[in-house]
Amino acid sequence: MTELINLFIKAVFVENLALTFFLGMCTFLAVSKQIATALGLGIAVVVVQTLTVPINNVIYQFLIRDGALEWAGLSEMNLNFLGLISYISVIAAVVQVLEMFLDRHVPSLYNSLGIFLPLITVNCAILGGSLFMVERDYSFSESVTYGVGSGVGWALAIVAMAGVREKLKYSDIPAGLQGLGVAFITAGLMALGFMAFSGIQL
Amino acid sequence: MSYEHRKILFEPIVDNNPVILQVLGICSALAVTSKLSTTVTMCIALTVVTALSNAAISVIRNHIPSSIRIIVQMTIISSLVIVTDQFLKAYAFTISKELSVFVGLIITNCIVMGRAEAYAMKHPPLPSFLDGLGNGLGYSALLLVIGTIRELLGSGSLFGYPILLLERDGGWYVPNGLLLLPPSAFFLIGLIIWVVRSWKPAQVEQPEFRIYHAHRPEVAS
Repeated sequence: MTELINLFIKAVFVENLALTFFLGMCTFLAVSKQIATALGLGIAVVVVQTLTVPINNVIYQFLIRDGALEWAGLSEMNLNFLGLISYISVIAAVVQVLEMFLDRHVPSLYNSLGIFLPLITVNCAILGGSLFMVERDYSFSESVTYGVGSGVGWALAIVAMAGVREKLKYSDIPAGLQGLGVAFITAGLMALGFMAFSGIQL
Repeated sequence: MSYEHRKILFEPIVDNNPVILQVLGICSALAVTSKLSTTVTMCIALTVVTALSNAAISVIRNHIPSSIRIIVQMTIISSLVIVTDQFLKAYAFTISKELSVFVGLIITNCIVMGRAEAYAMKHPPLPSFLDGLGNGLGYSALLLVIGTIRELLGSGSLFGYPILLLERDGGWYVPNGLLLLPPSAFFLIGLIIWVVRSWKPAQVEQPEFRIYHAHRPEVAS
């Protein structure tokens, strides 16, 4: 249990997907102008990440891994090269199903997340989470923890960034840095702040 | 090569750069640039994938139903990325290990998807191929600048060969460790945006609020 809590804290702070691995940066910079929209996108990422990392973990453990098809009597088979295409299909399918489910059963949440859900398919943070899970060979319970943790970490980062940018628009910035330029430098300073967590040994 | 084709190929390099103007493909621009060897590999991989996926999607653009076009594009792009990944694993294993998940993440690199959606779905194969190539080159140009600065000033070498003699080896150069850390890439891109926009003022964004100095009436008027 302690290991899982450690993994969760590590996924949220020490190995924050947005600020230490720079995943999902395109949406991180494009959708962080207001706290409300950033929060909506953050929640959507947490939900999708919590679903896709464990699903991809099951696929990896029982179909893709070297020798994983032993249960079907095919212990020689290595389907590693099909990994990427399977993970991205799972992500696209989960996003699509989630969109239809929310539309049918929770229309209020669907309306607030609406535009962001399809965007999530092409958010590198989601695919990155699954690929890190494969690279580090997580077990199923670890993959659930990692999915939730990395999603929460990404959401935390984008909400914090939106908070900074809401104040930043009132400041006097050199013309060439206006908008995108200063957003990059802000993100850099935030990333430096998050590096303080990297000394934590868990 | 006709004038239009040349324009499609070279416009994305400075005038319409995918990274600093369209805000696409930033993740890998930040993460792989601490060494020039990984940067170059990543640039070649991304340029090849973007050009070929644009061409392939453009060939079948009239047969893709619009409701499932994202999945079709994803399948084409991920097949190309798998080929690239296997190729790197076979011929450049150490670099492929250093790039870790970032080769796979070319699938979700917004440049590839963005160009497929914005250009290849509406134009014939040859211009689409050139557009993919041009955007790949625009991405590469920026990454190479950042990679050169980070490796030269961060560890005093280029492609792993020492250029500036380090102090600890009896030379004169004290390396700047900050440039090897990930956040430095953010600062460098921010500063490059500043340089490019001072050179081409048309790209400057308008501020949401005009700042007036309350105590300096001559500025306010």
